[in-house]
Amino acid sequence: METAVIERSACADSVLLNDWHVVADLSALNSERPFETRLLGTDLLIHGAGDRVRIERKCDSGPVQISKKYGFLWACLGDPDRDILHIPEAFETDRFIVTGGSIAVGVSGLRAVENFLDMGHFPFVHTGWLGEEPHTEVPSYKVEITDQDEVLATQCRFFQPVASPTASGGIMANYEYKVSRPYTVALYKTNPVHPDRMDYIALFVQPVDEEHCIAHPLLCYLKDNTNEAELRWFMQLIFAQDKPILENQLPKRLPLDPRAETPIRADASSVFYRRWLRHHNITYGAITAPQ
Amino acid sequence: MIKLYDYELSGNCYKLRLLMNMLGVDYEAVPVDFYPGREHKSDWFLKINPLGQLPVLVDDGVVLRDAQAILVYLAAKYDPSGNWYPVDDPAKLGDISQWLAFADGITSTASAARLHEGLFYDFDIDACRAGAHRLFRILDEHLWFAEKQDRDWICPGAHPTIADIACFPYVILSEEGGISRQDYPAIRRWCDRVKRIQGFIVMSGVFPAGPAGGRLNALSAA
Ligand SMILES: [Fe+2]
Repeated sequence: METAVIERSACADSVLLNDWHVVADLSALNSERPFETRLLGTDLLIHGAGDRVRIERKCDSGPVQISKKYGFLWACLGDPDRDILHIPEAFETDRFIVTGGSIAVGVSGLRAVENFLDMGHFPFVHTGWLGEEPHTEVPSYKVEITDQDEVLATQCRFFQPVASPTASGGIMANYEYKVSRPYTVALYKTNPVHPDRMDYIALFVQPVDEEHCIAHPLLCYLKDNTNEAELRWFMQLIFAQDKPILENQLPKRLPLDPRAETPIRADASSVFYRRWLRHHNITYGAITAPQ
Repeated sequence: MIKLYDYELSGNCYKLRLLMNMLGVDYEAVPVDFYPGREHKSDWFLKINPLGQLPVLVDDGVVLRDAQAILVYLAAKYDPSGNWYPVDDPAKLGDISQWLAFADGITSTASAARLHEGLFYDFDIDACRAGAHRLFRILDEHLWFAEKQDRDWICPGAHPTIADIACFPYVILSEEGGISRQDYPAIRRWCDRVKRIQGFIVMSGVFPAGPAGGRLNALSAA
């Protein structure tokens, strides 16, 4: 048991240890071979598939609590002190609810969340899709901490040549972003066919260790005019453009020392997110201020 | 119109999109849910390609699998100049074919490493990387000697051939599999030349040459 204690101490943030994290797309599991993964520095073995899934710690075969939701397998290394995030959109029957394809990224998951919130990189990294020069200016938007203690950015607008898999020409896209847990971020985006409804993408980021993560996207798109293969195509096209940029970020962990914030990258949502992480004493995947 | 059964993140699909763009050939891409849907192993797809692999190209009733075979077909049919695949030059065809086979070796090493790192494929990562480095060393040396003879491309001649297109994708994506190109300067220069061929397009994870690519590098260092 001693090894388990040492491994568990790899992450000291109880908020993270006692929360649920996605560790696999359920469709990736099979009963022939265990699926190996890592959560908060702890190596895990996922055995079985379907109704017979279980997870054990690799070091001592100790059991890990599991749950299944939204097409994903979730794990909690400690004792869960809250439920898996409730997503009302995932229960609306006129939407496709699909996992977007889990992709590993060699960077802190906090960096992946921050990048997801950032519109400034659209014209340079997602050129011709989510942005295009000379439309590089990010119009000002509103950021707040909600009653439910989430970081919420609203009134975000950006000119996008191909805003969605169904787009036919450039539009001014309307966005909202919400960070509900340290490693969970979502965006709402106006549906091109139904301007009064929003498509929804959640990014559940699995903190593999402090400098590696796996992004597990959940797509909840209105069914009109699209299909599941197309939704996954678009999500992976976009995310694979972010991946090399993220993997080249230095340092690999997210600096949380207020003095480390560079004015260029410190747009409003990023400032709020980092402040909110500090407020919740998140240190895992971060570089914190010296005590 | 040509139909390409396509997966965005596949380097083997990308090489066909690349050549068709360079040749100015129109095509329709049919996205196949390769990951995580494994649609390339579904009943409907296995009827098209019993090997369950992408890409597949359909043109004029011809159904072809295997990226290298499709490059041969496209160049032979749609490049009237005969530069990309000179059908009347047996020595050069032999040379090109040998590098097409080499490209398959890059797929089974560098591409496998990338699938392991990014998409959790169950491969022996150390063996994949060692295999890729062995091939990169050979390619780097080959390109270095080519440069000494004022040659820009894998096969002799003033114009690139499908050998360059076949080898390029999984070389340029190698970092995603943890295979650095730091020690292969001739490969790096050749990659830059490929990016400057008329009609070059990127895929996710590949950056354009020149100012845009430079700016992305600066951005990623921020
Ligand atoms: Fe992005």
